[in-house]
Amino acid sequence: MASRPPADVLAAGGIDARWSRTVQVGPRTWHLLDNAPTLQAEPVGTLLCVHGNPTWSFLWRRLVAAGAREERPWRVVAVDQLEMGFSERTGEQHRLAGRIADLGALTDHLGLAGPVVTVGHDWGGLISLGWALDHPDLLAGVVLTNTAVHHDLDDPLPGALRVATAPGVLPAGTVTTPAFVEATLALARPRLERAIADGFRAPYRTADRRAGIGGFVADIPATADHPSRPELDRIAAGVRGLDVPALLLWGTHDPVFSARYLRDLRERLPHADVHRFEGAGHLVVEDEDVAGAVLRWLDAREVPASSPATDEPYRALGATLVERADDDGTALIELAGPRSRRVTWAALAARTDQLARGLAASGVRPGDRVALLVPPGADLTAVLYACLRLGAVVVVADAGLGVQGLTRAVRAADPTVLIGIEKALVAARWLRWAPTLVSAGPLRAGVARTLGVSASLDDLAALGRAANGDLPWPDADADAAVLFTSGSTGPAKGVVYTHRRLAAMRDVVARTYDIGPDSPLVAVFAPFVLLGPALGATSASPDMDVTAPGTLTASALAEAVRAVDAAVVFASPAALRSVVRTADGSELAALAGVRLFLSAGAPVGVDLLEAAATLMPSAEAHTPYGMTEALIVADVSLDELRAVGTGDGVCVGKPVPGVRVALSALDADGDPTGAPDTVPGATGEVLVAAAHVKERYDNLWITQQASARDAGWHRTGDVGHLDDDGRLWIEGRLAHVLVTADGVRTPVGLEQRAQTVDEVVSAAVVGVGPRGAQQIVVVVQPEVYSHGPVVAEPDLAAAVRAATAGTDVAAVLVVEHLPTDVRHSSKIDRSRVAAWAERVLAGERARL
Amino acid sequence: MLGRAVADRLVADGHEVRTLQRSPSHVAGAQDVAGSVTDPDVVRAAVRDREAVVHLAAQVTITGPFEQFEAVNVGGTRLLLEHAREAGVGRFVHVSSPSVAHHGRSLVGAGAGPADPHHARDSYARTKAAGELLALAAHDPDGLRVIVVRPHLVWGPGDAQLIGRIVERARAGRLPVLGDGAALIDTTYVDNAVDALVAALHADPRAYGEPYVVTNGEPRPVVELLAGICAASGVPMPRRHVPAALARGAGSLLDAAWRTFPMPGEPPLTRFVAEQLSTAHWFDQRRTREALGWTPRVGLDEGLSRLAGWTARQASAAAP
Repeated sequence: MASRPPADVLAAGGIDARWSRTVQVGPRTWHLLDNAPTLQAEPVGTLLCVHGNPTWSFLWRRLVAAGAREERPWRVVAVDQLEMGFSERTGEQHRLAGRIADLGALTDHLGLAGPVVTVGHDWGGLISLGWALDHPDLLAGVVLTNTAVHHDLDDPLPGALRVATAPGVLPAGTVTTPAFVEATLALARPRLERAIADGFRAPYRTADRRAGIGGFVADIPATADHPSRPELDRIAAGVRGLDVPALLLWGTHDPVFSARYLRDLRERLPHADVHRFEGAGHLVVEDEDVAGAVLRWLDAREVPASSPATDEPYRALGATLVERADDDGTALIELAGPRSRRVTWAALAARTDQLARGLAASGVRPGDRVALLVPPGADLTAVLYACLRLGAVVVVADAGLGVQGLTRAVRAADPTVLIGIEKALVAARWLRWAPTLVSAGPLRAGVARTLGVSASLDDLAALGRAANGDLPWPDADADAAVLFTSGSTGPAKGVVYTHRRLAAMRDVVARTYDIGPDSPLVAVFAPFVLLGPALGATSASPDMDVTAPGTLTASALAEAVRAVDAAVVFASPAALRSVVRTADGSELAALAGVRLFLSAGAPVGVDLLEAAATLMPSAEAHTPYGMTEALIVADVSLDELRAVGTGDGVCVGKPVPGVRVALSALDADGDPTGAPDTVPGATGEVLVAAAHVKERYDNLWITQQASARDAGWHRTGDVGHLDDDGRLWIEGRLAHVLVTADGVRTPVGLEQRAQTVDEVVSAAVVGVGPRGAQQIVVVVQPEVYSHGPVVAEPDLAAAVRAATAGTDVAAVLVVEHLPTDVRHSSKIDRSRVAAWAERVLAGERARL
Repeated sequence: MLGRAVADRLVADGHEVRTLQRSPSHVAGAQDVAGSVTDPDVVRAAVRDREAVVHLAAQVTITGPFEQFEAVNVGGTRLLLEHAREAGVGRFVHVSSPSVAHHGRSLVGAGAGPADPHHARDSYARTKAAGELLALAAHDPDGLRVIVVRPHLVWGPGDAQLIGRIVERARAGRLPVLGDGAALIDTTYVDNAVDALVAALHADPRAYGEPYVVTNGEPRPVVELLAGICAASGVPMPRRHVPAALARGAGSLLDAAWRTFPMPGEPPLTRFVAEQLSTAHWFDQRRTREALGWTPRVGLDEGLSRLAGWTARQASAAAP
């Protein structure tokens, strides 16, 4: 017989006792959770939740509770499968088909009316899909979390299951001891609270209560002749025909249902919305707010695109290259001492065309993802435009993310092919970044074999030369590229661009800075390096370590400018700083012809622009404001910066033509709840609308939903205000806003004032204590660090407080070095500083 | 110090004030009752025909027999509450301490947690916690209304409790900084505490029946506070840094030594004091300020400069 869980188990899980009941269906009794008795209004529909092995309906407790909300509630029915949880122990071996039929009999008995959305985890995902296929009239959607519907017999089972299904292990691991239950609970990240773990254990305290766990594992159809194999095959095939909305919520650290199962499901349900929870595990339903995600998804099936489609005529990013296929003029110059290269438009166009055809001939299809781990230069340019020509989606992650960040980023994008230099291929091989590897340069045969590299770019080009026939251009609104954020607030996020949006990115650069065939350029900032050929501009890259902008010397810049007679220079603040530092006057003649230089990638001080301007006296100095999700939003010139002076934040200028900026005002809790508005002076989250804004975040449905919640706008996560003249001032990141008892404060303006103190090189303003009652702390990096106490000496503290007068500063702390982001080494990692200050000021010992 | 200041203020505000102290208070304009809060007759006489009682009497030493703390902080409170109710007193402001809810860990933007006589850290805090629970239990919205105010580390010119101890130790070169002295500590300048108690006396009746922590709302690293107080008092600043864990251990040892072999005076460092000086203690003041309709008038810097002025006047008065 089924039973109801003990009261303390229900209480530990926050489960209303009225939701728990037993149901008799034919000879069998089931236990289930059903929030119908407590619903205040007519439900929108029903969520049918099916747990896996060895959990029970307890897994869905938060969804059962969340569904019972006041407005637009959902009835949530979470069943305990037979032999599992608190449902009946019959002693029978259930097969997949039988379990699906049993579930159908139960829902018939419950009289579930449509619309029904199935929700499944682990092997419950498979069973829920079986039910879904059998009830097309009721079915309105499917939600799947870390599960699988198909297992290729040629592939080994996941390691964990291989062990559990091994002869002799099965009974011991699953039934006679609680090992399988404990191993599953141990997969929670972070660890489960004791009371919750006990809740999961409650129905499986004794060996006879655990028989079903062994039976479940024994029903995994790992071989062709397994009795459940036909049903598995039926479901795996049937899922391809499901056209209801689908949501895949996935924990990325699952030793059982790894990335390949997500890939398989996405391939079968190409229309599914996907959110990968980076760092969450097999028990993703425990690790993350899955209940909130499901309800949000139900509330808004359609994710609005970031910006309205543009009316501008579409011209593919690669169009210029094709038009100049017969041009023997210089497209690129790569300066690298004796290994310097000059590439003509004709050669670049030919190489691009060959690579595109070679990729196609080797099986890469439009829509396939190709990761490019090649440093900026002619090779990257050619293969990038080749992929765009073919319609393969380029995944561009930069080495600045570090190996761990890179691994996360590439795995999240899940490319089928990876093209890289040897160093990248080694990592790609061992960290399993992609199934197929292509080498950017020639490799020795032995190395290629060891790394499992299937071809080199030269091989592909040769293949492409032999191929002929039509190569259709990809659709303008198909995915074109996945770029990555710098990850200064959490793991780097993938950002998807369509071909149309990439083209708009080119157009906004051309329009804003008047760049075209007549403006040769030197670029040491990655996005602009790659845009050169699209703009029709001849470009040169200086002799330097492209992964370390601080290695650019003034003479190397002068050499590059001279090589193409450059009119425009794009650089990052770190590169400019290095140029200023290494200048000795000898480069002045070469740099005299530059008409425009840009410092891009991070906010920059007037003093650095001034110093750089003395090296390029005829150039206008500009600094664009933008982000991975919108390359250029606003722009400000040095002259304008001088004229506006100081204010609360960094002035980034007026929105560039074609871009609209609005603010979503912060409320008293520091949350950006205001509707998009352009009232001067009001501090809020910066919202951007433009044709070149990202299409969406990649495999981050929830994040995309949040960033696009105002139709047509992209939420940037930056906080700032507009002044009376429509200039945008950035005051910090939304995540770094301080909420004190006296109100909401932003860090950048205070940091700038603290930096006016002579001894202070840089400063970070962070809050400690609970939000709403935070105290403000200024952490400074002094000119001379003396390994003294962490609390600033009275004189320095007094000077900083005087500079920030009007704000109560609880403490001034001194550190040797403020941590900065990897990519630009100029944005201070305030989150890290805040976590450190929180501990130090609580009297603990902590290292920054 | 706080009791006298409150009495002075209430007299100045035109109230008819009676003080109960062990020895006559000599507050100008107030009527003196001398005696102990543990003496029923004294207490009865003190609260007779009063509209309100502000209860500041407490055993505040750092060491001493538990029974002594209990008699004053619990027994005295019980007597006052009983007789106040009998006398028809309408308002009872019970002055408590944030230490009644402190378990030894850092308090970072904390609220007024429930008083906990079992886990509070020393005899003073435990008995004050019990007294506070008695006071809140006696709250009657239609009769004797009780409000609990917990000022944190009250200081000001002439204060012997905090300033006196710091100055004395600094002068003797025995004022160590525990750890790196970064723990944030919030304090209360005496005038602000007086304002808060008077505000509590006049607070909206709906604010009664609850405890409120009162501070300046300006936490500072402990080393900065000590340096500020020393500078304002004309004594050398603390320079010696002692590892916090070591200090807590030494405090425990000295606690035990003083319990086993009663010695005159206070131990140089108790575990309680070591904890107080090496962990953060600051509070979320929003609820207090809203409920009492009060904000601190004297900022930390202004308080320190008043302390410095007082020190200078003392020095010139003492000069021949």
